[in-house]
Amino acid sequence: MKMKSTTKRITTGAAAMLAAVLGFSGCAAAGGDDSGEGGDVTITYGMWDQKQEEAMKEIAAAFTEEHPNVTVKLQTTPYKEYFTKLQTSVSGGSAPDVFWMNGPNFQLYASNGVLAPLDGDGIDPADYPEALIDLYTYDGELYGAPKDFDTVALWYNKELFDAAGVAYPEAGWTWDDLESTAAALTNPATGQFGIAASQYGQENYYNSIAQAGGEVVSADGTTTGYDTPEALAGIELWTDLIAAGSSPTAQQMTDTNPEDLFISGKVAMFQNGSWAAGAYADNPDIAGKVDVAPLAAGAEGNQSVIHGLANVANAKSAHLDVAKEFAEFASSQAAAEIMAATGTVIPAFDGTQSTWVESLPQYNLQAYIDALDTAVPYPVSKNTAAWNSIEGEILSQVWAGSLTPEDGLAQLAEQMQAALDAESE
Amino acid sequence: MTDLIAQRTAAPISELDRGRPQAAPGRPGRPRRRSPGQSAWWALLFIGPTALGLLAFYLWPTVRTLIMSFTKSGPFGGSEFVGLENYTRLLQDPELLGALRNSAVYTVIALVGIPIAVAIAALLNTAGLRGRSVYRTLYFIPVVTMPAAIALVWRMIYNGDYGVLNEMLAVFGIDGRSWLTDPSTALVAIAVVGIWAGLGTNIVIFLAGLQGIPDTIMEAADLDGAGPIRKFFSITIPLLSPSIFFVSVISVIGALQVFDLVYMMLGANNPAMPNTRTIVYLFYEAGFIDNERGYAAAIAFLLLLIILALTVIQFRLQKKWVHYE
Repeated sequence: MKMKSTTKRITTGAAAMLAAVLGFSGCAAAGGDDSGEGGDVTITYGMWDQKQEEAMKEIAAAFTEEHPNVTVKLQTTPYKEYFTKLQTSVSGGSAPDVFWMNGPNFQLYASNGVLAPLDGDGIDPADYPEALIDLYTYDGELYGAPKDFDTVALWYNKELFDAAGVAYPEAGWTWDDLESTAAALTNPATGQFGIAASQYGQENYYNSIAQAGGEVVSADGTTTGYDTPEALAGIELWTDLIAAGSSPTAQQMTDTNPEDLFISGKVAMFQNGSWAAGAYADNPDIAGKVDVAPLAAGAEGNQSVIHGLANVANAKSAHLDVAKEFAEFASSQAAAEIMAATGTVIPAFDGTQSTWVESLPQYNLQAYIDALDTAVPYPVSKNTAAWNSIEGEILSQVWAGSLTPEDGLAQLAEQMQAALDAESE
Repeated sequence: MTDLIAQRTAAPISELDRGRPQAAPGRPGRPRRRSPGQSAWWALLFIGPTALGLLAFYLWPTVRTLIMSFTKSGPFGGSEFVGLENYTRLLQDPELLGALRNSAVYTVIALVGIPIAVAIAALLNTAGLRGRSVYRTLYFIPVVTMPAAIALVWRMIYNGDYGVLNEMLAVFGIDGRSWLTDPSTALVAIAVVGIWAGLGTNIVIFLAGLQGIPDTIMEAADLDGAGPIRKFFSITIPLLSPSIFFVSVISVIGALQVFDLVYMMLGANNPAMPNTRTIVYLFYEAGFIDNERGYAAAIAFLLLLIILALTVIQFRLQKKWVHYE
């Protein structure tokens, strides 16, 4: 796909003239700029999770210790706006030098030349889970230094289980156990539900589709997997839970964040990613009441999707060498240890995971590490966002009950395949 | 940010300079009244800053959008000329019809805000009303409140399980619902917030209009034995019509551009989205979620044309009902 750049050249030229006339030219030079004294360099680091700011500050400080002339400035943008802002700032040339990247967006950025390949020897792919190296490799080159990973497990409220006299979830659970326990913990009189069957991909139906033996998208990202009976079974696990009354309805979970329902003790079980552990431990309302267990198994097992973030370097950074070096450093063993100790996320660097597990000994965090054995990759393609929006929209009708799962998945498979075909054009 | 669309240029600029006399070309040899060179410089000096700002932040983005709408753009800039492809695709998009319908419904509901604002302004203008400034402040507070905060608070009010609205309805034995996720109520619920949030501005405009109505006319009507209702409809409304016209033009433009409330109040994967997605929301999805800037630009331009057409129609119709003194 070759883009013509004539219009761009004309428009940027005119824009530059206009900016000069208005005296706004200073605005254009955002991002890393030299202060000019003694080769001091400031690079910006874009991220979205406020809970990780403390750890990131420590990592930045550790980097400055090794490179006294480099200062790393953190720039946190809430996740909801992160990629909209990033895309605009990349187009405008003011994007951070180093920033966080996730799976769904990676190929879009890599295929458009926004990212610089990490081709130096500052990173050894053997130090990271293979699924993550694959996730951030495009056209045979590694662009992202895996920062952390997350798998999914089943959180439960021990208090509600004790009150109902029901045994806690445990390894070896099946979907039947999940459904019967959810029903046993539901009490319409007190507005209590057994589980939140929310319309979340990573936390819920991406896992159940794999557990049923299906897939969301083929490994090469070209074919939809929604037109299979396995995918249907994976979706119906959740819609059946809603239909049985064991979960709040889709409307209720749109009105009120299902995680808030879990935190406030209105929902007994809630599947969530490993990122939740730190937040629950910090929340005095539930810290002592909850624990976590492996996912329940479907026909093919109890697979969890694995996803992880990566540190990537902006190919247009004014200090590309420093940027690459920091991207690699922020994913190194030293950085991973700092991150693991805070208990916020599981670092991707092999061998540092136990630090994370031990950071919150009150929870069975090993469930998240054990999930690695059977974990399936997070479904992505070159323009994941295009079919993610179709997925979200059609499934919202399925969840609300205005479309049957069969009809919804048939529509979804057709439209998603059209989007995938458009990508490879 | 130059890619962002400035639809506001649809404002009726042509109408403003309607009364300007045709510039007479100065013939050589004819004595000039004043040195035109000098006054032109002064004019330029005064207009300059505004004109430059307008050029840079409104006109230029509009031109860029028009250019973009004929291209297929990459997510990070770079583009390819595709002619009318975006427009032909847009007219065949099944979601466009839904979005047009939703925007039309929203606009019609939003216009209900005008009589409400007129009524409140008239009440606030009653002679001898105590605590007038308190009321005015109360009505104006939503205008100066952040839209995000408004959306957050109203989301809580409309909550199906814990919302204040349903609690209040329960007192009267009415069963509430999930107002923002029920496809039949979501758009109305949002429009109500839109009216509420815009009430303050409209009231201020109407109050200014009301205070411009000369007392002498009212006194004459009193002497003729007209009651308050008759005076309101036969004197106040006609004399307020220029303000009403202005507010209705602004309201229609604002309603067709509604996005923030839909975006912030509905949230991701809301089952009511097909019944609530407005044109600008469609534009947002195309441009910022699906990464199709050229297509998004075509949507924005279609909206510009719709706003332009509706505004022209309103200006045509005003001759039938707007009374200028």
